Amino acid sequence: MKSNEILILNQAAMERALTRIAHEIAERNEHPAEVALVGIHRGGVFLAQRLAALLSTIWSCPVLLGQMDIGMHRDDLDRRTPPSLRPTVIPFDVTGKTLILVDDVLFSGRTVRAALDALHDIGRPKRIQLAVLIDRGHRELPIKADFVGKNVPSALDERIRVRFREQGGEDEVALEKGGAA
Amino acid sequence: MSWTRKHLLDIQSLTPDEIVTVLDTARAFKAVGERAIKKVPALRGKTVVNLFVEPSTRTRISFELAAQRLTADVINFSAEASSLKKGETLRDTARNLEALNADIIVMRHSASGAPHFLARFLHASVVNAGDGAHEHPTQALLDTFTIREKKGRIEGLNVTILGDILYSRVARSNIWALTKLGAKVTLCGPATLVPRVFEQMGCRVTYDVTEAIRDADIINLLRIQHERQRKAMFPSINEYTSLFGLTKARLALTKPDALIMHPGPINRGVEIDSEIADSPRSVILDQVTNGLAVRMAVLFLINGGKGPQGVAQ
Repeated sequence: MKSNEILILNQAAMERALTRIAHEIAERNEHPAEVALVGIHRGGVFLAQRLAALLSTIWSCPVLLGQMDIGMHRDDLDRRTPPSLRPTVIPFDVTGKTLILVDDVLFSGRTVRAALDALHDIGRPKRIQLAVLIDRGHRELPIKADFVGKNVPSALDERIRVRFREQGGEDEVALEKGGAA
Repeated sequence: MSWTRKHLLDIQSLTPDEIVTVLDTARAFKAVGERAIKKVPALRGKTVVNLFVEPSTRTRISFELAAQRLTADVINFSAEASSLKKGETLRDTARNLEALNADIIVMRHSASGAPHFLARFLHASVVNAGDGAHEHPTQALLDTFTIREKKGRIEGLNVTILGDILYSRVARSNIWALTKLGAKVTLCGPATLVPRVFEQMGCRVTYDVTEAIRDADIINLLRIQHERQRKAMFPSINEYTSLFGLTKARLALTKPDALIMHPGPINRGVEIDSEIADSPRSVILDQVTNGLAVRMAVLFLINGGKGPQGVAQ
């Protein structure tokens, strides 16, 4: 953590939040075979992998898992340097499935909007639910999460930093104060 | 991630990092091509003009489909049917296309440097789809993509380019791309078509075909460009085949996992034996598939941050 950051979740707290989300998903969805998790690059991919592991323990069966990059569906491609793209990999038929989109931080809602558009080109799921680790508010679109790890009221000039052990450090969520470089 | 270029004019000026960015981006677009709906909205509302002053079928079709799969509008403009035949200058033709709010102009031209010329005064982005014997950047990018996809890396590989190097923009762009990414490039062909001056680009030049292909991980065959040869550079096609053609006997001398590439169109029985072209060692059709993904990636990258309707920043 850097000096201009405030710790929001440490490793144990992140694990507890994910365990709770997994149980909420299991409670809401009765048929494991119909459920598939889709992580949004990059943080969402790590979270979806962990939720899939937790759910497969709860349900005692493997859980379908995919990953998507929403860069081609962004609404600001005109105004920014091109985003780096990674392949979208959905190795199952989404038709008739309950897809659970997984992302690390829910902010404006534009990423989720892009993800819904991208999924529309891949098939026709039965329903789509949204799981996020952090909801920081400031929505610009009518989008709401079904499962939330932690609500973090934030100012617009603050940033949420989500770090994963898969990236080499520790699991950690921090709030970076405004005005920082 | 490092792409801030508005144009793709050549490989020579790209950094290794920029080349890798195109290849990584193309991986994502290749996955799009494998879905039921092979289209994304990344270039929605944009207009791509294929300005092909020199005839081309496969490159134009590949760019056209790439633009369509990105949801751009596409205009095809060929020299035979154009006002260039009526005496209009290239500058005026390009200005007219820009007046139609073209955002990206994909150009093939028989003169080296023609795309660079357009890029100097157009607000629209320019993509070089082949300029004379100078460069064919998207071909080199798709070749590099195919090699990386099949071999998992570029660095340290032995790549032999065999055939008409002198007149080949494909060879020049490939040499730049491969050497920037750390491959060892060997050039081979008739001495008249493979001058030693290419050694200055960091390649090895040899006229011994056996030696050229023996240690190669990749053998990239180039077509003899009859249309660019102003005088006879070798006695006959039959002699070329017997001295440099990839026959079954020569293939037996290569590493068992060496891959055979060709930018097309292939001349069966001339530079490549017909059976080899259809064998599992040949990745010629993979190159075509990958070309589409690479061109989608290029159009996507140069469009980034351009603002609406090609308005200059």
